[in-house]
Amino acid sequence: MPGKVFAVVVVIVTLAIAYCVIAHVWWMPVDISVHGPNIDRQIEETLFGAGILFIAGQLVLAAFSFLYGDSKGTRKMKSFPGGAKPLIIFACVVVGIEILVLSFVGSKAWGSVYFTPPDPSSVRIDVQAGQFAFYFRYPGPDGKFGPLHPELISEGTQNFFGLDTDHDPDSKDDIVTAQLAIPVNKPVLLTLHSKDMGHSFDVRELRVQQDFVPGIVIPIHFTATQTGRFEIVCTQLCGLGHYNMKAYIQVLSQPDYDNWLKQQAAMQ
Amino acid sequence: MHDMTAHAAAHHAPPQGFIRKYVFSVDHKVIGIQYTTLGLVSAFIGMALSWAMRIHLAWPAASIPFLGTLSPNGAPGGVPTPEYYLSLMTMHGTIMAFFLLTAAPMAGYGNFMLPIHVGAADMAFPRLNMASFWVTFVGFVLACATFFIPDGPPLSGWTAYAPLSAVGPVAGPGQGWGQNLWGLSIALFCVASLLGALNFIVTTIDLRTKGMTLSRLPLATWAWFINAWVSLLAFAVLLPTCLLLVLDRLGGTSFFIPGGLVVNDKVLPHSGGSPLLFQHLFWFFGHPEVYIIILPAFGIVAHVMPTFTRKPLVGGWKVITYAMAAIGGLSFVVWGHHMFVSGMSPYMAMVFSVPTLIITIPSVIAVLVFAFSLYGANMRFSTPMLFCLGFISLFISGGIGGFFLAQPAVDSYLHATSFVVGHFHFTMGLSAVFAAFAGFYYWFPKMWGRMMNETLGKIHFWLSFVLVYCVFMTLHLMGLTGSVRRYSQFVADFMVPLTPTNKFITIAALLLGATQFIFLFNVIWSRFKGPKAADNPWHATTLEWDTTSPPPFDNFGGRQMTVYHGPMEYDGDAFVMQTSTEKSIAGT
Amino acid sequence: MSESELTMATGHEVLMEASPYHIEKKKLGMWVFIVSDACTFATFLFGYGYMRVGSQNWGTLFEFSSILNGIIMTFVLLSSSLTMLAAVRATQAGQKASANKWLGLTMLLGTVFAILHLREWVKMIGEGWRLFYNPMGGAAQFGACFFSVTGLHLTHVISGVIALGFVARGYNQGRYDESHVETAGLYWHFVDLVWMFVFPLMYLMNAR
Repeated sequence: MPGKVFAVVVVIVTLAIAYCVIAHVWWMPVDISVHGPNIDRQIEETLFGAGILFIAGQLVLAAFSFLYGDSKGTRKMKSFPGGAKPLIIFACVVVGIEILVLSFVGSKAWGSVYFTPPDPSSVRIDVQAGQFAFYFRYPGPDGKFGPLHPELISEGTQNFFGLDTDHDPDSKDDIVTAQLAIPVNKPVLLTLHSKDMGHSFDVRELRVQQDFVPGIVIPIHFTATQTGRFEIVCTQLCGLGHYNMKAYIQVLSQPDYDNWLKQQAAMQ
Repeated sequence: MHDMTAHAAAHHAPPQGFIRKYVFSVDHKVIGIQYTTLGLVSAFIGMALSWAMRIHLAWPAASIPFLGTLSPNGAPGGVPTPEYYLSLMTMHGTIMAFFLLTAAPMAGYGNFMLPIHVGAADMAFPRLNMASFWVTFVGFVLACATFFIPDGPPLSGWTAYAPLSAVGPVAGPGQGWGQNLWGLSIALFCVASLLGALNFIVTTIDLRTKGMTLSRLPLATWAWFINAWVSLLAFAVLLPTCLLLVLDRLGGTSFFIPGGLVVNDKVLPHSGGSPLLFQHLFWFFGHPEVYIIILPAFGIVAHVMPTFTRKPLVGGWKVITYAMAAIGGLSFVVWGHHMFVSGMSPYMAMVFSVPTLIITIPSVIAVLVFAFSLYGANMRFSTPMLFCLGFISLFISGGIGGFFLAQPAVDSYLHATSFVVGHFHFTMGLSAVFAAFAGFYYWFPKMWGRMMNETLGKIHFWLSFVLVYCVFMTLHLMGLTGSVRRYSQFVADFMVPLTPTNKFITIAALLLGATQFIFLFNVIWSRFKGPKAADNPWHATTLEWDTTSPPPFDNFGGRQMTVYHGPMEYDGDAFVMQTSTEKSIAGT
Repeated sequence: MSESELTMATGHEVLMEASPYHIEKKKLGMWVFIVSDACTFATFLFGYGYMRVGSQNWGTLFEFSSILNGIIMTFVLLSSSLTMLAAVRATQAGQKASANKWLGLTMLLGTVFAILHLREWVKMIGEGWRLFYNPMGGAAQFGACFFSVTGLHLTHVISGVIALGFVARGYNQGRYDESHVETAGLYWHFVDLVWMFVFPLMYLMNAR
């Protein structure tokens, strides 16, 4: 009896999970980046391949506990025909093929994000994470970022990056904002650096997640394909305000973006 | 050497007095029970912490009983502050991962059973063994002490990523002495684990009784033996990592802290260190650690299941043992998959992705061996068997998540979401706990000489099994939306709509926790009122069932055990003990 | 009561299954300890390598006098391995007096090594070296790496000398036999071997 009950419970659980995945009860948000479809396809292919293994595994377990779960005591034991050999072959071949496929296709999706150099015409934006806010810096008309001086960083004077506008000519026209705006359909290159702890730059819709690591500058590049306003959240534990560390990214049309940049420059 | 043979058959006399007998005992059985009890206490502390976290996530304004008393600063009026939430999370991870999951199935059951399994009177180094436990205990006390210091426990997670964990009090509450105590606690735990691993290895190699060849070792002992090697290498790396972390914190060095960090508008006086170095060192330990947790679980299931399916495992001792050894070995070359989005070279990500996927092959072989060993069986549904079946189901579900997180492209979306939380709770958390339950119900008669109540055990199993799926599969699925882990409140716009899901998870988690009190009641009641256990209540074959329940001080009452068979001589009702001179019936 | 009296003795062919490597348990325990301790040292040295490779201004700072001191220390420690070997031989031949002589010499050489090393430390600290400060203006990491790696090694040497003292006393009182001396010797050779990594990596690579 318990064997049959166990089988039924496992089947119900398996079907419920399969339903939730197939019906997209919880699902990824719509993708707004050029590289995103690669990642989505990779996730869906993994869901498919691993999902079949999952269902097959649970059903085999359920079937065996259904069939062999009643101890009749005297029934003659049977062993699995062929012993462990077919199982090992199955594991090596089926899982091996799955691994090969996922690695090859997956390396393409990964490569589309990380192995391609950024477009030289990319819009360059410097991103700084600190406890517990993101700040963004645009190079201004001269196209150059001024050097950073950690000792000048001050919340009081709103010098979030530690710029020395008196001595560094490149810093004079740098535009510092608390929200990120990027033009649609143009490649964007972000350089991530942290002023204190580890943080992360995560925009679900862009399929971009990259840690900030103190001490090093990490570039990431992407191209957004839809306008709109999306949330940037921190996903690397950075301290007590971690849960509330967020900013917004606005994907704007080129004219809107230019206007926005002008407004921001005027506000500096 | 030769003069020692005189002592060969001489057993040491049992110690007298309460302290030598039950507290500072060198008897491996007492130490095993001490470790198991420490694991139980840790389990309930860890569970209470998770309750507090889950309640706070579902009802952010709710006042949590006792929490306000425990920490008036951290939880004024019983409502945890965001930093105290992180402290609860850190200590939940630390206590569960180290003091329950690492300690109980390996050091707890292993200490009690391994010498008996191999037919020895005690561990190779009994006093070292006692030292292991008491060092672990001091580590545990230090970890718990963080709750009672003014700043409260550290908030940097059980992974203690630098620089958050390394720069000292400026990083936030609990990052002062809380983090120092944490570092010392884990360093002590490492020392104890190293001593324990050394003891396990030497005992298995050198103290096997006549006829107990390696091919006749019970599979649980094989798992503990392999696991001891993994522990030996992994904890030997975590120990210096903790020391370097403490040096950074107290000695002013900058191993893990780069230059030019600014906290509260002040430049920190450090330069030249690397947070990535910490991540590499931590995960070089950290990934083997999850296998250190799951390998004993494999061993326990491989040991317990044949008793109840009444037939040997498919492939005999070899296939499962080789699979466990392969997992143990591969576990040292996959650590980088924790760091796909951490700024490590993207080429390195590919390098780490492939072995991570390859490690699924021995894992799948192990699961297939377990599942297909049910084929043609005459299952006896005692509680341990139910937990073995539950283990297989949970491990399949959890293992599937590995296919996702092993791929950098997929991980770049799922990293740090509740998918990861669901994944590791299924694999190293609940799978290991289910196997530990299987072992507990199975060995309880031997350890305490009384049977546990079967009805309560079965209720415990069914409720736990269903509720575990409700909690952790929902976390998996919720992770697909990108729901971020380690948030004390769901304030991100996209996470607010997930609040009902969160409430569902919380209710299921509270019920799951409540279910464990059925187990606790069963343990305490059966310990004193349970029916007396026979020497071999499960009709099993291994040496622990060849002695009284509980075993005498020298394990076999002065008998010299000689082994003639492997551990899986079952054929339905018929079975042949390892020490029996009868003919083999299963050909193992 | 010694460890061997607490448990069943090992290596008895009639009662015990033969050890696959025919190693007696104390010795096996020491080998296992050495494996784990080697990992601990490797972690420190890996950290040092990581710091060094990641630094742009590492600098070379050891004068010839320091290197010479290091060479003398190396010579002393290597000699102590030889005397340890002689001590083990003597115990195996049952020559108690000779064994005592060699054990004493080993401890003496170990002490000389520790004194030479501490003198170096005192000199450096006097020059302003700290765990977090480099008086020569290069990477501050050097102090941290040097003191932690050599400190760990020095701790091993000093505890080795003390352990040898206990073993020698036990041997003289008849509580310990040649296998205890041999096991202690294993540890001593290991500490010596580690120095053969520490010396080139810490000293020679940083020679001016």
